[in-house]
Amino acid sequence: MKLPSFDYAAPSTLQEAVSLLGAHAGSALAIAGGQSLLPMLAYRLVAPSLLIDLRRVPGLDAISVTDEGVCLGSKVRWCDVESDARLRTAHPLLAQAVTHVGHSSIRNRGTVGGSLAHADPAAELPGIALTCDAQIAVAGALCPRTIRAEDFFLGPMTTALASDELIVELRFPAWPAARRWAFEELARQRGAFAIAGLALYYDLRDAAAANVHIGVFGAGPRPQRITQAEAALNGRVIDEQAIAAAARTASATVEAIDDVNASAAYRRSLVGTLLERALTRAAQG
Amino acid sequence: MRTTLHVNGKLVEVDVEPRLTLADCLRHELRLTGTHVGCEHGVCGACTIIVDGQAVRSCLVLAVQADGASIQTVEGLAGGDALGPLQTAFRRHHGLQCGFCTPGMLMTAHALLQAEPEASEARIREVLSGNLCRCTGYVGIVKALLDARSAYARPHTREAR
Amino acid sequence: MSRPDAYIGKPIERLEDLRFLRGRGQYVDDLECAGALHAVVVRSAVAHGRIRSIDTAAARTLPGVHAVFTATDLGAKVPVIPVRSESQPSLDQAVQPVLAHGKVRYVGEPVAFVVAETAALAEDAADAVTVDIDPLRAVIDRAGAEAGDVLLFEHSATNTAGRFTGVRGDAAKAFAAAPYVRRERFRVQRYAPVPLETRGLLARWDAHAERLTLAGAAKVPFWVRSVLAAMMALPEQCVDVIETDIGGGFGARGEFFPEDFLVAFAARRLGRPVKWIEDRREHFLSTAHAREVDCELEIACRRDGVILALRGQAWTNAGAYIRPNVASAPRNIAQMGAGPYRIADLHMEVSVLLSNKTPTGSYRGPGRFEIDFCRERLIDLACADLGLDRAEMRRRNLLTDAEMPHALPIVLPHGKGGELDSGDYRVTFDRCLAEIRWDEKASLQGRLIDGRYHGLAIGCYVEGGAIGPRENARLVLDSEGMVTVYVGTSALGQGQETVFAQIAADALGIPIEHVKDVFHGSTTCVEEGFGSFGSRASVMGGCAIAAAAEKLKDSIREAAAARFGCPVSAIEIIEGMRAVRAGELQLPLHELAGRELAAEGTFAAEKRTYSYGAHAAHVAVDPRTGQVEVLEYVAVEDVGRILNPSTLHGQALGAIVQGLGGSLLEELIYDEHGQLLTASLASYLLPSMDDYPDIRAVALELYPSPLNPLGAKGGGEGGIIPVGGVIANAVACALGDLGVQPFELPLSPPRVWQLIEDARGSRRQAQRTAR
Repeated sequence: MKLPSFDYAAPSTLQEAVSLLGAHAGSALAIAGGQSLLPMLAYRLVAPSLLIDLRRVPGLDAISVTDEGVCLGSKVRWCDVESDARLRTAHPLLAQAVTHVGHSSIRNRGTVGGSLAHADPAAELPGIALTCDAQIAVAGALCPRTIRAEDFFLGPMTTALASDELIVELRFPAWPAARRWAFEELARQRGAFAIAGLALYYDLRDAAAANVHIGVFGAGPRPQRITQAEAALNGRVIDEQAIAAAARTASATVEAIDDVNASAAYRRSLVGTLLERALTRAAQG
Repeated sequence: MRTTLHVNGKLVEVDVEPRLTLADCLRHELRLTGTHVGCEHGVCGACTIIVDGQAVRSCLVLAVQADGASIQTVEGLAGGDALGPLQTAFRRHHGLQCGFCTPGMLMTAHALLQAEPEASEARIREVLSGNLCRCTGYVGIVKALLDARSAYARPHTREAR
Repeated sequence: MSRPDAYIGKPIERLEDLRFLRGRGQYVDDLECAGALHAVVVRSAVAHGRIRSIDTAAARTLPGVHAVFTATDLGAKVPVIPVRSESQPSLDQAVQPVLAHGKVRYVGEPVAFVVAETAALAEDAADAVTVDIDPLRAVIDRAGAEAGDVLLFEHSATNTAGRFTGVRGDAAKAFAAAPYVRRERFRVQRYAPVPLETRGLLARWDAHAERLTLAGAAKVPFWVRSVLAAMMALPEQCVDVIETDIGGGFGARGEFFPEDFLVAFAARRLGRPVKWIEDRREHFLSTAHAREVDCELEIACRRDGVILALRGQAWTNAGAYIRPNVASAPRNIAQMGAGPYRIADLHMEVSVLLSNKTPTGSYRGPGRFEIDFCRERLIDLACADLGLDRAEMRRRNLLTDAEMPHALPIVLPHGKGGELDSGDYRVTFDRCLAEIRWDEKASLQGRLIDGRYHGLAIGCYVEGGAIGPRENARLVLDSEGMVTVYVGTSALGQGQETVFAQIAADALGIPIEHVKDVFHGSTTCVEEGFGSFGSRASVMGGCAIAAAAEKLKDSIREAAAARFGCPVSAIEIIEGMRAVRAGELQLPLHELAGRELAAEGTFAAEKRTYSYGAHAAHVAVDPRTGQVEVLEYVAVEDVGRILNPSTLHGQALGAIVQGLGGSLLEELIYDEHGQLLTASLASYLLPSMDDYPDIRAVALELYPSPLNPLGAKGGGEGGIIPVGGVIANAVACALGDLGVQPFELPLSPPRVWQLIEDARGSRRQAQRTAR
């Protein structure tokens, strides 16, 4: 499992990185932490002519917390998210989800941009980005653009990123302090790929749930929102009855795949269970 | 490509192909064969080393990406010939059998205990769950880490750097 | 022995740790070899098909490529890998050629061999080899193999490659008269030992001396040498097979694989050293798989729970070829169905089936794990039917000291039997009940607590060890009183060097620090050796060392008696093997014997030892997700004599966790085309540190084996044998109210969930029918 041959460049500006990508469009790949890309190279599932290492590119490794929300530079590593105490209140859902990514030595190198670009259907961050209406800022040969998470993840390992574009930043909308939320995931062991995971939040208006967001990853070919369950919960008090109904809806409507880890039927049932548990936990505050 | 590494306190320069992983660079270019390669896809943890103070999998880093980095491998874990406290604890608690996962275990454990000398058993199991051992059933390894914690304890401050 | 043991029985810290902990182990890929070339195997991507062509032209022109070999380069007759154990003519018909020709029979089968300057260049070249295969339908499972419309070997009329039958008494008669019988179908999945170090080899050819050296051997180096010498038409003494440090074996590693020939062949042909290091993906495709078995087992009991007879059939899925050690598992399934229980009549027929999957081999507790799972499940089912207590029924049937030795069933076609050597199987059982606090926990059985059902189970086993025919050791004593040990067994990471140093030191009455080194495995150590498998190394190697020590002391005494002119009985060896004395006369040893003294010892065994024990588990099952958590796992074993409690404990714990992996996590999954879907450690899950935190193992030395002077029995495999049955019974106990009965491993969350769904479905069905 030796890597295929490729050229290597470590440009020192974003501009340079983007123009290198453009010049080798289709055959160059960007690398940051490499925690998803190197296994792909080892199995020779990708064979780029050029790897563009972003390690010298400045300004992509900041975590900013403002009234607008949380921004993660594309080179922010999982360990940076974990150790940033601000995020525990500024975006507790994100902070919690990141602890489920791989193992600690993976989290010491793996990055936000890498995870989004890799778009593994079982990965946590794409699921969180979709759940939270996050936006992905990208730089390219033409002009910078922002892609909504719901438009970004197209399928397994497939995104809306053009071959000459680089992820610059992931932007989460502001997180109200009183927001209710929960994160649930089932993997066969710590660090293994999730068979399914679920993130949710809602705000309370007059004791009823509002702005309900439910996102699921691992169950289908890409992260997905469980919109019918969201709609059923909006405006309702989250009680046992509401939870049970939402769980049934989630099981019935989630897009689930059969693979070596589990059947689609199992995943459908699991998503219902995860939703029930997440709602119960969130309701407890 | 010319690449400069600080390995176990020594400055070394190597000329490597971009596709060479840091694990293979250490093992075959620098002849530091204590770092083992068990899967080459980032799951088993046998190749774990410490790069700039953090445990990382050297099969998931290109040697050229480590240009300028400070690297510690199992060969640099103890000064001289004597075993260090972590190694002594592994021996005392029978925390190894075939020895193949051991360097990765030691380096992951070393990074953990340096950062968190009071790590609980649950925390130890969590962090080292990324290092597979097929021989021991892990019981001796956990005991070794619990025992070695005292050697990492910092009396005055919890700030490492 | 002239003094009480100073080392045997003590938790001596391991000698090998000193190098392993400092990164100074020498595993095969650590060997430095100037000028070595690197090899990569081109493997079939198709499970079953006829080779139309292999185009190596493009690969040969790539930079750094020295050679690309296919079967046609190997001469008129492509060497085949012989069967090592339990051979039968029909098994010999299905052996593997070192490179495929004509047909490929599994994904991963070697079809070409590329040698280049570096491993990366060799892999680039391997990618450039085009293998054109006309695909045939793949045989995947028992049904496909038995259908026989697709044959792996056309010259044979069947995919059944062999059969083993275990017989004791008259099972048919016992079943005809039995008041209670129950028959069930079981299945153990295909999984594998997966040592953390993959296989690897380094071959050197000395053209001048016509001598071949192959490093990287393990387990059975002497056998590998004899096979390799024959394939290469060399005298055995011109082949050295060298054991390096080994990153775990567990049964798979060290048997003769195609690469053992290919690497050696390439080194001779090219006149350069050749190194091959298996990668993890090809490890999953090419190193021996294990276990996969379908079994129908039937038990006959009296209503009070006395087991009368056991009978059944099993079908092991051997994969595409009969590799050297395919037969251990079916043979043991045929013989060991009764395990530690008193079951007078037994008839068990085991068929060895071929399929288009990776060939299988041995894995720790071969056959024993599988049949223990079936039998222990069946006992729990019988208890439920008969309204008996699960512990009481087992206890009633366990063999006792008074019944030893106890004859084992005869296994056909070879007609070999054997006997259980010693022990009281109720003792470990009772201790295990106490350790898990069985009575205290009885009220938890089947209870729903915080959303999870709790379950408890206990199971029993015997472990065959110390397999013969013999083992050899040589001790060399230098003038400083330092001893070097050479032994014919292999070490795979178990701590043999330490255990052998303990035995040598005690046998000679010297400090262990005076054991300078322990050399094992390599064909250069002793004239003849038998290796490391079947829990044999410590006992057989250890007894050979003890025998060599006695010979060494005898020869010293005889020489001293001659020198002093006194009877041998008057001679004392003193000062830690550095001097001799007879009354007032005293002489330093080097003056008596010169620079060096050596002695060889052999220990032969016709019968095997049998360790035994019991395991118990307490699990909690989440009925919504199917997740099983092992809350507590306890093992108790009697190994006759404990040589090093620390290394023995390590064997037990490591084996338990491997057993838990096989019961809950690990599975090699194929699709209907014969593609392996789990060829990475991301998809094939090994137990991690976080999975099973609460496991305990207790070792006892109550009933020494009468078969060897140490009284020791093997201890490497017992920890794995009963785990599948114990875990499945604990899950069944937990989910009893839901009507769940697992018959298949592993009990992954989706499988357990499906069992619950199915049980609910059949209950609904039953209710509807009742209405």
